[in-house]
Amino acid sequence: MAAIATEQDILKGLAEIIDEIVGIDKSEVTPEKNFIEDLDIDSLSMVEIAVAAQDQFGVEIPDDELRNLKTVQDVINFVQNLQKPQG
Amino acid sequence: MTTIRINDTVPGSRVLAFGDYRPARVVTNDDLAATVDTNDEWIRSRVGIVERRVAAEDETIVDMAAQAGGKALAASGLAPADIDLVIVATCSAETPMPSHAASVAHRLGIAAPGAYDLNAACAGFCYALAAADAAVRTGSARNALVIGAEKMSQWIDWSDRSTCIIFADGAGAAVVGAAAEPGVGPVAWGSDGGQSDRIRIGSRHEYIRQDGQAVFRWATTAVAPVALAACERAGVAPAELAAVVPHQANLRIIEAIARKVKAHNAVVADDIVRSGNTSGASIPIALSRMVERGDVPSGAPALLVGFGAGLAYAAQVIQIP
Repeated sequence: MAAIATEQDILKGLAEIIDEIVGIDKSEVTPEKNFIEDLDIDSLSMVEIAVAAQDQFGVEIPDDELRNLKTVQDVINFVQNLQKPQG
Repeated sequence: MTTIRINDTVPGSRVLAFGDYRPARVVTNDDLAATVDTNDEWIRSRVGIVERRVAAEDETIVDMAAQAGGKALAASGLAPADIDLVIVATCSAETPMPSHAASVAHRLGIAAPGAYDLNAACAGFCYALAAADAAVRTGSARNALVIGAEKMSQWIDWSDRSTCIIFADGAGAAVVGAAAEPGVGPVAWGSDGGQSDRIRIGSRHEYIRQDGQAVFRWATTAVAPVALAACERAGVAPAELAAVVPHQANLRIIEAIARKVKAHNAVVADDIVRSGNTSGASIPIALSRMVERGDVPSGAPALLVGFGAGLAYAAQVIQIP
């Protein structure tokens, strides 16, 4: 299992994934950005990003959940919540 | 004890020649935008298709397969009498029987070959090539004609914008013969029937439906490891590949697979742009056109990766004829 990542770690990892998959500069990827409206990332690229994030953070992001993750911060929160040690 | 003899004098098989046939009628994105709510920009960015070919109403899978097969046979320099096996990979058959393969063989003047159809959907050509390779190596056939042929248009709901923009018609063929040096590597293949409802034609009265996002996720994650397994089994490093020819499903899937295979010196087939997704015909059509244009040198290794309904998948490394 992947080590528990801090908010900064997740942001950095996510920015690298987005750069690799859609070629958006890492500095553009900040927490308040909306994937579709601000970063012009479509639903297919979101699937690729989710899969890469899964490999990197060890957290599964199914298609149903993916629909609700609108901003970079949403993904950070989602990953952090699932990484918390369970009961 | 009685021993059963198999031919042990054929160390391998290779593709001797390719051929392809694309129907004359071109359907552009603008043509589709005139009838369903879509547009050229959306189709190009999501799927990568600029135009596709659609068969004439009275043009059959046998017609297209015979055209492609005839071209491959002529290019191979072999005579019809040299062919002992004809396999047609198709998942869009007009009728369940007779097989298309027997009719295609008859059309081409190939007398009394082993002939059958095979359905592994978009992975069909790779499955058929593996079957032909085995038949040649074990002495069941001196030479084989392998064809992927599809008339997807007859299973398309032309008012469903999620599928009508993708699928297309056509046929591609390969002649496979014996070789002192193996030119077809071991196949890496498999299936996942638990996801059989992801891409389906429910009955003969229904149209093709697919669960686009789930299929996209599967294709961009599960297929690259199969491609790498085929390289491993053939003993060919990805960096040595001169061409990567994934099933022409969607340009975004093709690019994702290519990125993961890391074949940095390879031409990646993008025939989907002008031919659309022709299912089991897409790999041999792309290869045939690649060879015709001279994109890849003779003898160079190419990676073939088929994947689709089943879900079924297969990959192998071959030598370009």
